[in-house]
Amino acid sequence: MSERVLIVGAGHAGATLAGLLRQAGHRGPVELFGDEVDLPYHRPPLSKKFAEGELEQWLRPAEFYREQDITLRLGEDVVALDTAGRRVRTASGDAHAYDHLVLATGAAPRRLALPGVDLAGVVSLRTLADARILRKCVEERRALAIVGGGYIGLEVAAVARANGVDVTVLEREERVLARVASARLSEILAAHHRARGTRIVTGARIARIAGSDGRVSGVVLGDGTEIPCEAVLIGVGAEPRDELAVAAGLRSDHGVVVDGRARTSDPHVLAIGDVTRRPGYVRLESIPSATEQARQAVATITGGAPAPSEVPWFWSDQFDLKLKIAGLVPAEPSTVVRGDPAAGRFALFHLDGGALSAVESANSPAEFMAGKKFLASGTRLDPARLADPSTPLRDAVA
Amino acid sequence: MPTVTYDLPDGSRHHVDVLCGQSVMDGSVRNNLPGIVAECGGSCSCATCHVFVEDGQSTFDEPTDEERELLEYAEGAQPNSRLSCQLILTDGCPQVRVTVPGTNG
Repeated sequence: MSERVLIVGAGHAGATLAGLLRQAGHRGPVELFGDEVDLPYHRPPLSKKFAEGELEQWLRPAEFYREQDITLRLGEDVVALDTAGRRVRTASGDAHAYDHLVLATGAAPRRLALPGVDLAGVVSLRTLADARILRKCVEERRALAIVGGGYIGLEVAAVARANGVDVTVLEREERVLARVASARLSEILAAHHRARGTRIVTGARIARIAGSDGRVSGVVLGDGTEIPCEAVLIGVGAEPRDELAVAAGLRSDHGVVVDGRARTSDPHVLAIGDVTRRPGYVRLESIPSATEQARQAVATITGGAPAPSEVPWFWSDQFDLKLKIAGLVPAEPSTVVRGDPAAGRFALFHLDGGALSAVESANSPAEFMAGKKFLASGTRLDPARLADPSTPLRDAVA
Repeated sequence: MPTVTYDLPDGSRHHVDVLCGQSVMDGSVRNNLPGIVAECGGSCSCATCHVFVEDGQSTFDEPTDEERELLEYAEGAQPNSRLSCQLILTDGCPQVRVTVPGTNG
């Protein structure tokens, strides 16, 4: 209980872990290292609310960390990990010893090797600093091209468009959200965005980003078409920040490999949040996954009972749609639609041989909550009753 | 300043002063009380701040349809279930007491 815990990474996973350790009665030193200078903050508003006054939402006020005896080391970048000596080194050269090290280093925006990506006005979105730049672009109504039609790209597109910005989304695949949503949801959301004036180009091959006087002026497609714009957001996914782990010889395979108790291949090093690859999953980048892994790490460090695994889920806000998605959409789902997509209130229940695999919902919290329960319990559902909105969900059980 | 009493899953009771305009969720998070997870930070998105309002129910606004729907299938939901991020404290409000379930994910 008096052991020293160093947490590298002050995002949602790391900061949550620090608080949970104190909740669990851990008395030893807890030090939270972050390479940004801002207090740990909520990241979802960066893409969902960046044009509003609600952008900066601290996870906890500054006094919280003092009162909980959590040492915040913000702006201190950890650059080396010595697992044999059980210490880390920061960029300023200081060494810090640990009994337990927790890597919560998160993920970084994937970079594109494109001519012109270094022009002024080309941005990615991961940090509060990035979101502040994007906010300025929106305030100045600068025409925006978004490379990548994933959740981040579409959330930013919705906010920008709602603020009167000219928006073009350029997606490499044949549909937006190709990697992360069902084809049906992609289709519904693309229509929703287009109806509000956003241009969406699918199957887009990008040749280069054009500029003049060092500033971006457009995106040039493979067929020579140029999309004129004054700002470009690159939103093509994120890569785990596993450099420390890899350099220290920890096992990483598209994410630091952990077990169900957040343990890495080194007995004194744990990993949580977006940087990890959890058993049975590709990387899960979401707040619920970060919280769940933080809980696993607390159990491992304090010797408590391991937290049960939960159904993966996340949420997204796009215009008037509050989307909540649980489970993983199978490759060939049989889909039951409940509600009315055209009215912006619906849930897509994806069945795989009678059992529910995923639910994708918009403005339908009851459907989402019931779906998440059905997923956890493996309940089999009756498709006809499920599709009938007059049948209560609890009566849709087969 | 309003005081909120939290009865926690481990049987402990905590009295917390919460600023007017803040929520029952804020008071819990700020003091690192277990049980209210509050993943979304209070945007009525995650339903991980479920509580049972034992005293002071009348001081709060009625739940929105969204909150009502989120609670309908929440674990262990009861007639006095609320999402604590939606329970905003006001000046002169009566004594508020909530029970925090151990099932907020």
